[in-house]
Amino acid sequence: MRAGAGSLARRSAVGEARDHAAILAASGPFLALLLASAFFASQSDRFLSGPNLSLILQQVVVVGVIAIGQTLVVLTAGIDLSCGMVMALGSIVMSKAAVDHGLDASSAIACGILVTIAFGFLNGALITFVRLPPFIVTLGTLNIAFAITQIYSRSQTVSGLPDGMVVLGDTFTVGGTAVTYGTVLMLMLYGVVWVALRETATGRHLYALGNNAEATRLMGISTVRLILAVYTLAGLTYGIAALLAVARTGVGDPQAGQTDNLDSITAVVLGGTSLFGGRGVILGSLVGALIVGVFRNGLTLMGVASVYQILITGILVILAVATDQLSRRKALRS
Amino acid sequence: MTGGPTTVPPVLQARNLVKRYGHVTALDGADLDLLPGEILAVIGDNGAGKSTLVKALSGALVPDEGEIRLDGAPVKFHGPRDARRHGIETVYQDLAVAPAMTVAENLFLGRERRRPGVLGSVFRLLDKPRMMAEAASHLESLQIGIRSMKQPVESLSGGQRQGVAVARSAAFARHVVIMDEPTAALGVKESGMVLDLIRRVRDKGLPVLLVSHNMPHVFDVADRIHIARLGKRVAVVKPGEISMADAVAIMTGAVRVEKDS
Repeated sequence: MRAGAGSLARRSAVGEARDHAAILAASGPFLALLLASAFFASQSDRFLSGPNLSLILQQVVVVGVIAIGQTLVVLTAGIDLSCGMVMALGSIVMSKAAVDHGLDASSAIACGILVTIAFGFLNGALITFVRLPPFIVTLGTLNIAFAITQIYSRSQTVSGLPDGMVVLGDTFTVGGTAVTYGTVLMLMLYGVVWVALRETATGRHLYALGNNAEATRLMGISTVRLILAVYTLAGLTYGIAALLAVARTGVGDPQAGQTDNLDSITAVVLGGTSLFGGRGVILGSLVGALIVGVFRNGLTLMGVASVYQILITGILVILAVATDQLSRRKALRS
Repeated sequence: MTGGPTTVPPVLQARNLVKRYGHVTALDGADLDLLPGEILAVIGDNGAGKSTLVKALSGALVPDEGEIRLDGAPVKFHGPRDARRHGIETVYQDLAVAPAMTVAENLFLGRERRRPGVLGSVFRLLDKPRMMAEAASHLESLQIGIRSMKQPVESLSGGQRQGVAVARSAAFARHVVIMDEPTAALGVKESGMVLDLIRRVRDKGLPVLLVSHNMPHVFDVADRIHIARLGKRVAVVKPGEISMADAVAIMTGAVRVEKDS
């Protein structure tokens, strides 16, 4: 046994070195964001201007908030394909509640958010109680939410919203640059979820669930309740995203959100969260969303056609997942 | 054979446990007595019902018939959580840890300590420094050589990982620690480390119920050996008083034992 003690100590040292490697890996997305920004700044004088940076944030806000819910879901080793369509339904419900049914802004907003929460709960219930795979469940609810949105809105944009519903699109100035309240709300949401995931027992249970669901259950944690809560909470973030989308465009748009599911998954993956669950940092998803936003904005400033922007986003995602996979395999081998 | 009427009252006792799965009878009137401060190994061939017995005692399944007594009082477990509430902790064979989480987080998984005052009660924030310190002292008291409580468990060796699982059980068990094949996934050196650890848990005053199919490990560490066969207890022996070959003979039914009662 004495012989064993030496090798144990050596292994601990290796473990600590790997700890540092993990920190480096976690800062990878942030580094990529800085590099991309530096590149676009060298290509266009306008890129680093206050108004342009504010614009990037505004463009990122809806996907950024959806990505919060998506990250929680992905941490449980799940996936939510329905997010964008649920968000669109929420924005139509709140717009029509205000415009057609004459509800005041806050009641109308509550109606929309209730619908998105209900869809989140439905996803969670089908996954936990009926034990269907998240991919299939949310593929189904994606189509259901899309159809209801089209039927209910007759595929018509809803305009004439009360001022109270678009207040998040209003701006205030910081050092001469206009910033929307929506941007601030997004950053605050990230902050709250970041602290909750790091510093509360439920947050840690979420990671444990994604790591080893059986072990988590054996330790007396209700994994069913946890998964149900995650999808429901994700529904809430889609509702908030719906409000942000309405505030940004000033209308309820039934065609909104159609690529938001893949965009949010892209943000999550670029941010370093593993699709296998249990690993990742929520702030990474914000960075991931910003990376996509910076690329789109920078390439537009350079006059690159939007098809190429999609091409580059695709390459980025594959690079991000490949890095995740390779580092995992390397860690397992040693 | 030893193991007849004893003067010390058992900590954990099972009487006439029956568990059927359709036509298969996994437990057919099984008894068990775990005495204070001992390591009781449960051995048996495949299908002897040893894992069913242990699952009944750890709350992972509910027996169809029979009684479980803890410190003399009858108890019923409807889940692992129930058994844990009664002070029975189980170490599972397949290393029930969350690999990407730290040693301290794994130790306190499901039993996290919260900060004192409003931060803990209203905002439900974790007391990480306290958990880190308590984890370090638990591991040190069991002489498990892990330096950093912040290390992710996946960076540890198999033996160290099992050490974390054992330390978790020993830290929270008030009555009994059950270990289901704790050395099955480990190499020779690592197994030796875990066997030492099992002795240290016993020496801290916690009786250990050890299930293993590894005869040398059982004879190395057990104080008494419970031999299961066809869903029943057929004998209880002491490692010094019987050869490994004879124990295997009883286990496989090559030798029959008179029931001493």
